[in-house]
Amino acid sequence: MGILQVQDVNKSFGGLKALHNVNLDVEEGAVHAIIGPNGAGKSTLLNCFVGRLKPDTGSVMFDGTSLLGIAPHEINQAGVARVFQTPEIFGDLSLIENVMIPTLAKRDGAYTVNAWGRVDQAAEIREKAEHILDDVGLVEKREMHADSLSRGDKRRLELAMCLVQEPKLLLLDEPTAGMSRADTNNTIDLLKRIGERGITKIVIEHDMHVVFSLASKISVLAQGTVIAEGAPQDIKGDPRVQEAYLGGAHL
Amino acid sequence: MMSKITPQNDNVMMGLFALAILTMPIWLMPIGASYPDLMQKFAIFGIFAIGFNILFGLTGYLSFGHAAFLGVGSYTAVWSFKLLSMNVVPAVIFAVLVAGAFSFLIGFISLRRSGIYFSILTLAFAQMSYNLAYSVLTPITNGETGLQLAKSDPRIVDAMFVEVGAGIPSTNFFGIAMSGYSGFYFCAVLLIIGFYLSLRITRSPFGMMLKAIKSNQNRMSYTGLNTRPYALTAFVISGMYAGLAGSLLAVTDPLAGAERMQWTASGEVVLMTILGGVGTLLGPMLGAVIIKYFENIFSAFNESTLNNIFAFLPDGLQDVVVSVVGLFVGEGWHLTLGLLFMVIVIYLPGGLVEGAQRIRAYVLKKREKKSATSHQPQIAE
Repeated sequence: MGILQVQDVNKSFGGLKALHNVNLDVEEGAVHAIIGPNGAGKSTLLNCFVGRLKPDTGSVMFDGTSLLGIAPHEINQAGVARVFQTPEIFGDLSLIENVMIPTLAKRDGAYTVNAWGRVDQAAEIREKAEHILDDVGLVEKREMHADSLSRGDKRRLELAMCLVQEPKLLLLDEPTAGMSRADTNNTIDLLKRIGERGITKIVIEHDMHVVFSLASKISVLAQGTVIAEGAPQDIKGDPRVQEAYLGGAHL
Repeated sequence: MMSKITPQNDNVMMGLFALAILTMPIWLMPIGASYPDLMQKFAIFGIFAIGFNILFGLTGYLSFGHAAFLGVGSYTAVWSFKLLSMNVVPAVIFAVLVAGAFSFLIGFISLRRSGIYFSILTLAFAQMSYNLAYSVLTPITNGETGLQLAKSDPRIVDAMFVEVGAGIPSTNFFGIAMSGYSGFYFCAVLLIIGFYLSLRITRSPFGMMLKAIKSNQNRMSYTGLNTRPYALTAFVISGMYAGLAGSLLAVTDPLAGAERMQWTASGEVVLMTILGGVGTLLGPMLGAVIIKYFENIFSAFNESTLNNIFAFLPDGLQDVVVSVVGLFVGEGWHLTLGLLFMVIVIYLPGGLVEGAQRIRAYVLKKREKKSATSHQPQIAE
């Protein structure tokens, strides 16, 4: 029994069937990659996990509770964090504030009013945030505005914002899209390092180099259906996968 | 260039702010604005704008209906004068509470939407309140005439302690009449308290959440925070500030009319906040002072005052200058304000506070350069 169980999920947009009877079983501690050609339904699937979309039918169970029909903030409070394809960060705020906000959310829950305390005096929260920024290599830039970061750094920041909450499940939507080779390798190293924390991860990725360096299990999605599933070396050799995803070319 | 945020720096700013407000009668003298009526307006609309800024500046929700809460505050205060006592303390307290309750209702519904839809909803509610005050709510608001004090008012609490006098009694703070300078100082003290509260909110974890709402609501949700109650709290707080301002309008002049709730009044506080600097601490206060100053001083200029000012010019030129400048003062003061507003929005989107910061940064940079060049010969040696 995995930590995340997806059963018979269907989702249509008008006449388009984006997801068709998708089943997924993500084991605790695994790095589960979801790959597939553009338009295969990968991001749609992730959106169903975080409350952005509601599947037409099917169930999504996380750690024994259903993720369907509850608000995004409740899903996060249950222990699911997500890194987006386009980084969703607090652009007007400094890096340290960006990380302090999730830290406070983790500690205090979805809503508390502390209108009298001082953020600049909250040493414990600040220290924790600085520690995480150090882990992703951004501690030097902590007083900068998040908007002024490069794209790669924004992703690192978003990752730090997720990590500081110590989630049980981390969803990564193309964490290296649009990055240079060097940045990609840095990100792989970073993800490997945080792998040591034992957080279960689901990774959507196009870059096979990233997928095969990280994943412990791979599901291949094509036209809204899981066409293959298994360990990386099995997927590499699967003729159906090569047909659907790589157009017959060899990996 | 902002100086570092520390409790010490904030205390210094707080002290300077309090000093500046309390010494207004002195330093406003040279520009002819040191009479109590106008200074009361500075303080009252400062409170209004500071509260509005908590919603607009920090949380990023642009309300076009805040005058409704101002009006509710005024009506409540006048009713408190009529029914309970001419003492201003219960009037102010009730006004803040009633405005808070009213803003909770409106906020609860309006905050289901954000952006322009939120603005339109608040505008609709405010216009609704305005029209209701004119029509069906006449028993409470006294319609077009406005709610006024009458000699026959019960004033239950006062009746128990004080002999009924001949005329309509004046508003008072435990015996001190709330007109003239004492009225100004009452407003000024509440302004200073209001400013301090807004400072604390800005620096608090709650304030950081409000800034996060303004910055990115999606990320807020995916961070496990429920944005709705945060935004609603900010809405109610700013509604209470507006109620306080409304009650002070009634304290200094005990009558309340529906025109206080009109959309132009809601728009005015938006102008004040943008002019001074959205999201800054001092900006809204600055904007309120400037707009009220223009409204009262510039509009009072007439041809003969202009002729006096430009008397040093040769006759023909004097007439030309007076007629040109005359367009911008007196009844044309809105033109000046409009031009000023355009210049600020185009060149200084951060308002006058941003302008001040830029000047400061420029001066510091220049000074640095100067000291760098003056040191150079020594390095050469």
